Amino acid sequence: MQPVLTFTDSGIYCPAGDFYIDPWKPVERAVITHAHADHARLGNQKYLCSKDSVPLLQLRLGQDIAVQGAGWGETVQINGVTISFHPAGHMIGSAQVKVTVGGQSWVASGDYKTENDGLSGEFEPVRCHVFITESTFGLPIYHWRPQAALFGDMENWVKENEAAGKNSILLGYSLGKAQRLMYNLQHTGKRFLVHGAIYNAHETLLKAGWNLPPVELITQETPKEHFKNSIVIAPPSTADSTWMRRFAPYSLGVCSGWMQVRGNARRLNADAGFAISDHADWKGLLGTVKETGAEKVFVTHGFSSVLARYLQENGIPAEEIKTAYGTEEETTV
Amino acid sequence: MHHFSQLISTLAGSTKTNEKLEALSSYFASADERDKPWVLALFSGRRPKRVVNSTQLRQWCMEVTALPEWLFSECYHTVGDLAETIALLLPPPETKALPQPLHYWLDVLLRLEKAPEAEKAAFIRNAWDQMQPNERFVFNKLITGGFRIGVSQSTIVNALSRTYQLEPAVVSHMISGNWDPQQITLPQLLSDAASNPDDSKPYPFFLAYALENKTGELGEPREWQAEWKWDGIRGQIIRRNGQLFIWSRGEELITDKFPELTALLPFLPDGTAIDGEILAYDQQQQRPLPFQSLQTRIGRKNLTKKQLQEAPVAFLSYDLMEWNGEDLRLRPLSERRAILEQLVENVDQPALRISPPIAYASWEELAAIRERSRDNGSEGVMLKKLSSAYQVGRRRGDWWKWKIDPFTVDAVMVYAQKGHGRRSNLYTDYTFAVRNGDQLVPFAKAYSGLTDKEIAEVDNWVKRNAVEKFGPVRTVKPELVFEIAFEGIAASNRHKSGIALRFPRIHRWRKDKPVAEINTLDDLKELLRQHS
Repeated sequence: MQPVLTFTDSGIYCPAGDFYIDPWKPVERAVITHAHADHARLGNQKYLCSKDSVPLLQLRLGQDIAVQGAGWGETVQINGVTISFHPAGHMIGSAQVKVTVGGQSWVASGDYKTENDGLSGEFEPVRCHVFITESTFGLPIYHWRPQAALFGDMENWVKENEAAGKNSILLGYSLGKAQRLMYNLQHTGKRFLVHGAIYNAHETLLKAGWNLPPVELITQETPKEHFKNSIVIAPPSTADSTWMRRFAPYSLGVCSGWMQVRGNARRLNADAGFAISDHADWKGLLGTVKETGAEKVFVTHGFSSVLARYLQENGIPAEEIKTAYGTEEETTV
Repeated sequence: MHHFSQLISTLAGSTKTNEKLEALSSYFASADERDKPWVLALFSGRRPKRVVNSTQLRQWCMEVTALPEWLFSECYHTVGDLAETIALLLPPPETKALPQPLHYWLDVLLRLEKAPEAEKAAFIRNAWDQMQPNERFVFNKLITGGFRIGVSQSTIVNALSRTYQLEPAVVSHMISGNWDPQQITLPQLLSDAASNPDDSKPYPFFLAYALENKTGELGEPREWQAEWKWDGIRGQIIRRNGQLFIWSRGEELITDKFPELTALLPFLPDGTAIDGEILAYDQQQQRPLPFQSLQTRIGRKNLTKKQLQEAPVAFLSYDLMEWNGEDLRLRPLSERRAILEQLVENVDQPALRISPPIAYASWEELAAIRERSRDNGSEGVMLKKLSSAYQVGRRRGDWWKWKIDPFTVDAVMVYAQKGHGRRSNLYTDYTFAVRNGDQLVPFAKAYSGLTDKEIAEVDNWVKRNAVEKFGPVRTVKPELVFEIAFEGIAASNRHKSGIALRFPRIHRWRKDKPVAEINTLDDLKELLRQHS
């Protein structure tokens, strides 16, 4: 019997349905897990994604793309193959894609996180025969503290900075992390000053009806008084840039799972590192694999050989797969 | 322990010297009196006696976490630090206990030195189970040693000087030498040397920066003394109260390693401290032997007759800090040198020599002489103002080092491995090869020389172009060409290439150069022939 999904040069392919999931080369029909650039690429003729992903795909790939959205759990048929979308908890709209052919179900999970961050939907383990998992943080050194504790730390850090007469800058990826930070820090009553990259995504999400706090775009004209009583939110690429100098004196906090290891925070010259991630930690990965009940696991981008070997040694047939994912977002900072 | 781990977090989180200074001096002002000497000891490179080793820590951590060995190793190579890896892997603490100060843990630990392994294991596991992750990290670091947190010796000295209201130079001298953090408090250590005599106490070394300007901007040549920059071990010979001590620049007491120099005891008067270079030395040819001969000697615990014959050492004297028990450091170099030269002449022993001044009339002449540095086994020239005092630590202005340009070869990267510390989880440690026919022969490893941006680029490339995996090492497609710089070259039968380099590092990334044009093993052998 032909497998439900195969791994090709262009991406994850479903021969029975003749479509690709998160293809990295242009194809006719692309099913997309989420709007990050390494998963949702330009040049495909038709896109299918979760409803919540539609405006984000249009923002990133253009208003003129042919895109269809599906609600959570709703089934879509392509060439007799059943497809459904289930929350992946990674960012707004992020989905696991379940593909069923002749009673065999495979799930491609894209990127996922098991903790509910309030915005990205509650992660839902989907029962399946074969599970395709990421492994960005697939080592037991990565275990996240609950986000309530981390946001508590950030709040204290902002207070300390204020007491020391410094502005607070939080670095986080512009799509996903930035919204998560603002949503969970809005009760502080601070003004959010944001970089242009974050501002665009924010406008799109507000228009789509997301209940996000108001933000102010940072421009040349932004008066210095506005820096007071504010939190600046900027993407990682602005670290050590001239753009950042205007906020001096400031304290720089980096929000990324990589901050779990001290050397990474030191490398970025961060004053504080908050190990907050939009990917599952080691326990999250193992727990999810178990809950899917999968008989076979394919491990993609990240510490794939480690996770595959560990699953294998623990009685779950697993295999490492090379993909073109993991070039964006948290994998680089 | 909490107070100390807070200090470490503050120091690690800060990128500014002033903030570190502030954190340290307020720590020294408020910490537990019995913790302070430990903190000073740790920051000045004095680690506690090794009671358990890193293999044991690893083992016990694997037992607690039930992780297989290979997975522990993967974690270690990603984190790049054993103490931190263990702190990250252990489950949350479960034992509720009163928090204990730093010295408590170290005292108990040191008492277990002769205890059976099971008892040590129980102690460590119990300690882990009472500590928060950042405290565990600090605790593990104390045990394994190598506390590097970006605090320089001068920052420590300045912090103490601020807390105890003493001159930095006084602090620097007081905290050097031999002392036991379990036996002494900081006020005792910093009180007048007369009430707390330590005959071994060395002077802080005066160190030079690399010459930044043209020699012409230094002024008149006659105001400057030039001498060779020797490539050995910078050291200090001290004789006081009938005893002789030898210190390395790293403030390590190395008296026992050099019987040729301890034999000088009867010839030196009491109250003498000489600064100079320890070199493996060919007395007949009157020139230093290659650095490797000294290196094989210092690695050994017990010296054999053969080693003493093959690599006899001599001390080439640069300066005199103490004479007849008097501190000469504020006198001008010209005066100190005059006494030193007289002293060396009177002692009249081949193991104690003067580092000869270079005669030159103009900067142009000196530049020409410097070009020949390698001919007499030196790595360049030192310039010292004749009116200079003997200062503390690395200073600009009065002393400069003027090294010759390094050797360079173009080579291709063949292996990569992840780095440590701030380079954790990045491929930063590379092995390079030269061509030998159609083979590639690895000949050097280098860790430094690239900018952060270049490192990120190479890291990304390695992740995409790894061919094979041997534990933490990745073999990569031989495509990236780098210019490798090094200070010296010697024959070696421990290396496959037959060659050992001194201080290899990456000079620059040769993106313009194809692999076909890299240097060959024959080129290296030719270099070896010319310089040995």
